[in-house]
Amino acid sequence: MEKLIEYLQFPFVRYAIIVGVLIALCSSLLGVTLVLKRYSFIGDGLSHVAFGAMAIAACANLTNEMVIILPVTILSAILLLKTGNNTKIKGDAAIAMISVGALAFGYLMMNVFSTSSNVSGDVCSTLFGSMSILTLDSEEVTLCVILSVIVVAVFIIFYNRIFDVTFDENFARAVGTKVSKYNLMIAIVIAVIIVLAMNLVGSLLISALVIFPALSSMRLFKSFKSVTLFSAIFSVICSLSGMLISILAGTPVGSTIVAVQVVAFFICFIIGKITGRS
Amino acid sequence: MAQIKVVDLAVGYETGVVADNINFEVNKGDYLSIVGENGAGKSTLVKTLLGLQAKMGGDIIYGDGLKAYSIGYLPQHTSVQKDFPASVGEIVLSGCQAGKGFNPFYSKADKALAKENMKKLGIDDMEKHCYRELSGGQQQRVLLARALCATKELLLLDEPVAGLDPVVTAEMYKLIEDLNKEGITIIMISHDIANAVNYSTHILHIGSKFFFGTTEEYKKSDIGALFVGEES
Repeated sequence: MEKLIEYLQFPFVRYAIIVGVLIALCSSLLGVTLVLKRYSFIGDGLSHVAFGAMAIAACANLTNEMVIILPVTILSAILLLKTGNNTKIKGDAAIAMISVGALAFGYLMMNVFSTSSNVSGDVCSTLFGSMSILTLDSEEVTLCVILSVIVVAVFIIFYNRIFDVTFDENFARAVGTKVSKYNLMIAIVIAVIIVLAMNLVGSLLISALVIFPALSSMRLFKSFKSVTLFSAIFSVICSLSGMLISILAGTPVGSTIVAVQVVAFFICFIIGKITGRS
Repeated sequence: MAQIKVVDLAVGYETGVVADNINFEVNKGDYLSIVGENGAGKSTLVKTLLGLQAKMGGDIIYGDGLKAYSIGYLPQHTSVQKDFPASVGEIVLSGCQAGKGFNPFYSKADKALAKENMKKLGIDDMEKHCYRELSGGQQQRVLLARALCATKELLLLDEPVAGLDPVVTAEMYKLIEDLNKEGITIIMISHDIANAVNYSTHILHIGSKFFFGTTEEYKKSDIGALFVGEES
């Protein structure tokens, strides 16, 4: 406990915790929609795209990498959600194609053009998030906070419409809801969340932040509202405890958070079985 | 003036026309059953009427106070809905999204309308229940209540009794008949020609042969005699 208080004296630890909690909150909100729309892997696909974009930004020696990463990821999200069911390459194959393609190009770029002496170290920390969350400066924290607030606000305002287009797209379209506009909005919000979450857990583990809260919550709750609320609480608690454990035990932040989520998922699963809710 | 008048309509996908030369009209208070073989284009026709799909030719004219997007639609089940965590109340209320435009919130009047329709269909005691745990018949009632929240004029039902047992099927037909008597126009896709002939005022038969007219005319027609005879 004393060790924890001592660590909390450092501003970068406090930043990390604030940002971590916000990211966890955002990523859990749209998880339910993604899982139900059969897009669980979109987080994975987009994070690889973001990795590729980050590699390009790093090679171009840009000081603010967000300038490239955010637009590229948003564009890919739009492409992936838009193509949906009506194209020759179906949803899951499209995600797999874009994600591994971007990953390969990103790594290639980093190897060929990188100015850094420790390429594999750079790659590893981008993929698994290692310590990057602890090295955020106040500017990045501000950006994270602003984007998180926007994501939460958009979600609350359009909560009813998100439910409508998730539960029954055809019905929504038949009664005049602009389904494609809302899908576009969902895609953009997802892309923003992915880029934010890369700081916390790295690109390979982002899917966990998106799907575990939703899946755990669906074991226990039965209405859309309660499932959404519980996933938000689940996600915040898991990330917070994951970060605290990693600070105290000196383990990598991203994988500790995900490990906590896996354990919590099984607890929810067992509770669901015992109480006969699922 | 008919609520819906269809002239020389052709429906289909980018890959080709599924059914064409479709002509019929629906007036207020009608009960029209659309019948035909599998793959005849019944669902495609309904999707075209709703504007979910572009028409391939011809015209659809809406009239008699029927506005675009004021059709209550009861679709077939989708795979997403099988494990969707949603309560009955949430789903019925989502029918009120019709005509909301960009207003993202539901009003007190919307919530009252949802309650009223749940009561009408006898599901008001399950408002908090989980949709995926209901029986097939109850699920159809929920979707019907949602469709009623979206319209006061016309219901479009895509095989509402598919997969229901005979008792529940009979209840469902009774329910739809009651709604029709209240003045709501019904258009229904049906596989069940015997019941279609029993309940509806008009029949539209598409596929290898085309027929549109009242049920009495259908029974007397060659095609009607053939299909009704097959069933009984």
